[in-house]
Amino acid sequence: MRYFFRPKFTINYPEEKTPKSNRFRGLHALRRYPNGEERCIACKLCEAVCPALAITIDSTRRGDGSRRTTLYEIDLFKCIFCGFCEESCPVDSIVETGFLEYHFENRDESIMTKEKLLAVGDRFEAEIAENRKKDAAYR
Amino acid sequence: MSTQPANGTEMVNIEVDGIAMEVPKNSMIIEATDKAGISIPRFCYHSKLSIAANCRMCLVDVEKAPKPMPACATPVMDGMKVYTHSRRALDAQHGVMEFLLINHPLDCPICDQGGECELQDQAVGYGRSVSRFVERKRVVADHDIGPLVQTDLTRCIQCTRCVRFLEEIAGTSELGMFGRGDRSSIGTSLEQGVDSELSGNVIDLCPVGALTNKPFRYSARAWELVAKPSIAAHDGVGSSLWYHIRRGRVMRAVPRECESTNETWLSDRDRYSHFGLNADDRVLEPMIKVDGDWQTVSWDEGIRVAAEALRSTVTSHGGEQLGVLMSASVATEEYYLAQRLARGLDCQNIDYRLREQDFSDDKSMSRTTAFAAPMAAIDSADTLLLVGSNIRQEAPILGQRVRKAWRNGTRISAINPLAWNFNFGLTNSLVVAPQNMVMELAAVASAVSDISAKALPANLQTVCNEARVTEVHMAIAEALKNEANSMLLLGQAAQAHVDAAWLRTLCRWIAVSTGAVLNIVTHGGNATGAAMAGALPGQGPARSTVESGLNAREMLVNPVKGYLLWAVEPEFDLANPALADKALSSAERVVAVSAFASTGLKAHADVILPLAPAAEAEGLFFTLDGQAFDSEPAGTVSGQAKSGWKILRRLGAELELDGFSQVTRAEVQQEMLTEFDQAGSSSAEVDLAEAGLSAPQQAEGLHRAGEVAMYSVDALCRRSEFLQQTAAAQNDFVGLNAADAAELALADGQQARVSQAGGSITLPLRVCSELPVGTVWLKSATVVASGLGDSFGPIKVEAV
Repeated sequence: MRYFFRPKFTINYPEEKTPKSNRFRGLHALRRYPNGEERCIACKLCEAVCPALAITIDSTRRGDGSRRTTLYEIDLFKCIFCGFCEESCPVDSIVETGFLEYHFENRDESIMTKEKLLAVGDRFEAEIAENRKKDAAYR
Repeated sequence: MSTQPANGTEMVNIEVDGIAMEVPKNSMIIEATDKAGISIPRFCYHSKLSIAANCRMCLVDVEKAPKPMPACATPVMDGMKVYTHSRRALDAQHGVMEFLLINHPLDCPICDQGGECELQDQAVGYGRSVSRFVERKRVVADHDIGPLVQTDLTRCIQCTRCVRFLEEIAGTSELGMFGRGDRSSIGTSLEQGVDSELSGNVIDLCPVGALTNKPFRYSARAWELVAKPSIAAHDGVGSSLWYHIRRGRVMRAVPRECESTNETWLSDRDRYSHFGLNADDRVLEPMIKVDGDWQTVSWDEGIRVAAEALRSTVTSHGGEQLGVLMSASVATEEYYLAQRLARGLDCQNIDYRLREQDFSDDKSMSRTTAFAAPMAAIDSADTLLLVGSNIRQEAPILGQRVRKAWRNGTRISAINPLAWNFNFGLTNSLVVAPQNMVMELAAVASAVSDISAKALPANLQTVCNEARVTEVHMAIAEALKNEANSMLLLGQAAQAHVDAAWLRTLCRWIAVSTGAVLNIVTHGGNATGAAMAGALPGQGPARSTVESGLNAREMLVNPVKGYLLWAVEPEFDLANPALADKALSSAERVVAVSAFASTGLKAHADVILPLAPAAEAEGLFFTLDGQAFDSEPAGTVSGQAKSGWKILRRLGAELELDGFSQVTRAEVQQEMLTEFDQAGSSSAEVDLAEAGLSAPQQAEGLHRAGEVAMYSVDALCRRSEFLQQTAAAQNDFVGLNAADAAELALADGQQARVSQAGGSITLPLRVCSELPVGTVWLKSATVVASGLGDSFGPIKVEAV
């Protein structure tokens, strides 16, 4: 009976949402610098550290001589959202956003290509930057 | 100062970290600790290079010494007590590491060396976690040193291993250290690239990412690669190497240590040739020509068509109308099965000596192991005579050994058609036009005969008596006779010569009469294997005598009705492309088995079966001195290509011949090696009198000296775009002596028309001081020379 009068835990999702930590590990994104240049330099540390072998990278020398990826794919079916990729990244390129409301309708949609990841990054850049700022003191 | 202690030195007792050990006197502390397995960090020390002691990373604590001492440059002394991990040693090492990191950019994430970097590894053990250096770091401008090696000199820690390698081993001194203090940097003295044939080794030597593999740049990480052991088959050295594979694809090649062949080095040809593996004209499926058009077919169909072509040639014209021409760089199993196939079809015409034109001494000498002494014996030779050999390009690793011998005091002489740019000094050098080489060698033989009071065989006598003996010939003969370890190196230029049989026979007689060793540097990567397996006329497996047949030359001079071309591109791989073109055009059927389909091959062949090239194939390879190395496939085979032995096995089965029922390569190898083992030892006493020598040609006029271009030796090298960009691959010129050029009214840089064997081509002229009068320098196996005649033979040059 006492639970009846207590405040409710239930929320009206999706109209209401529970608060999330700024360290929440949701959908991945690749970030860009303010000038529009992609951050990723194809060092492949995330690929090496990934315990689920979910990341595949191919690299090459771009026309301007810089080291860039030609292929950057994360298989979300394999990914266990441990956040090691984010931790290993020397240029804060691969990050996990707070976004978690995504779905697939076809099996191959689970592969996040470089284009998709950059698009996610572009969409959530303000939020990503904000979260990074909050966390900076502890890193 | 050498790091190699002299033999038989006395021993002293030292103590390292409390462990007593006995080490040779005058050796360095680091040698003793390396041997005992005690690790001391180092950057500049390398056991094959001189001691520089400039990185200071190997500082150790020596008892009674006032300061820490560099282990690489401190000789051991009796009773010395060394502490490699004491507080003082570790403090010194930590201090040195902090200084080294001051000017290092720490751009590991984009550095190709990341993951296999000595500085990275040592920094984990000896570096601080946070840098105390807040000032600006220095930046060093890069140099473009060629298509093979990438520089990032900001990362350089000035260990000077690259400088010492090029100065000591490669002998080209193309890199140097310039400036002082923190302004010192590695640079090129003449603003030229590093063109050494061994340049790739500086990549392995560089402890940081300052010198990296340019074609490989940014394409993979060290930890993604799987190393597969393999053998390089571009020269007879049989260098051991690792192919680094990622997802089945060969990404790069690095040397695998093998003291008896390549030591720790690898030639650029072996290192970069694999970039040709995925060339556009790679044959991926069996192809047949139907009404002039190429169609891809299944293996069953391809084998059926190929077998039918061979069978119909033999049934309608007889076995003697079939010719089998094989590359000299394929696996021994392929030679073994191919000769069984040919002889099973009653065809004795099989040969791998495609770049040679004179076989008249075949009766007097069986072709077996090319070297009479191990390759490593070059290092300790007292005197060396090069006959028609550009050793640096023919076998870069052997060139390095000759240089090492010269640095150790070996006196080297040469009789060459060109004053090739050697990286060792010549005591006596005879540079004569190709047509005079026999007479010069005959003069040496004559001198040997005088000194040793040994009579020349009758068939050599007339020519040797005609030869004019000068002081130089006398000096060469005396050196060969008087020194304990004397050696003759008969090179590829001598074997491609019009009178190669004369040169071989004379060399053989000189060797026998002076007690010298005769080493023959053959064309191709497995000529020894080919000879052992009996892929040549008149000689079966393990030197057995069989019915004689046509040699590579005769098969083309008197064209046969059908050809089997095994990994051969007729316009590049034969001594006389014009002659090959004519012979193949007149043939009824041409079956080709090849990894690549060149224009010439497509023009002549009726069926092409895809052969897996080295790196994707398996097989047993024999080095020049007869060492056998087994090679397993490294990369995944592209398309439907198959190893050669499988193709031959299926062809043999289709033709219903005996001895083609093997299932595994091990069975083929077992069968082959059993037969080899039963062979008697090589006949030491060669009857030179039997050599069927005709009088040497004394042609007037210009003669071509057409050595094989270094990076055109086989189909794979010719397709490696990076090797083709090097300075050594720029061979589209015709060279003439100044006197000859003046006579033809030609000036340097002018266009000249070169005609030979019905083909003619216009090329820029280069007046070369290294050429003797009467010689035309036009390299063979190149695109420009693909329509011309003999690589060594008469040629015409005229102004356009």
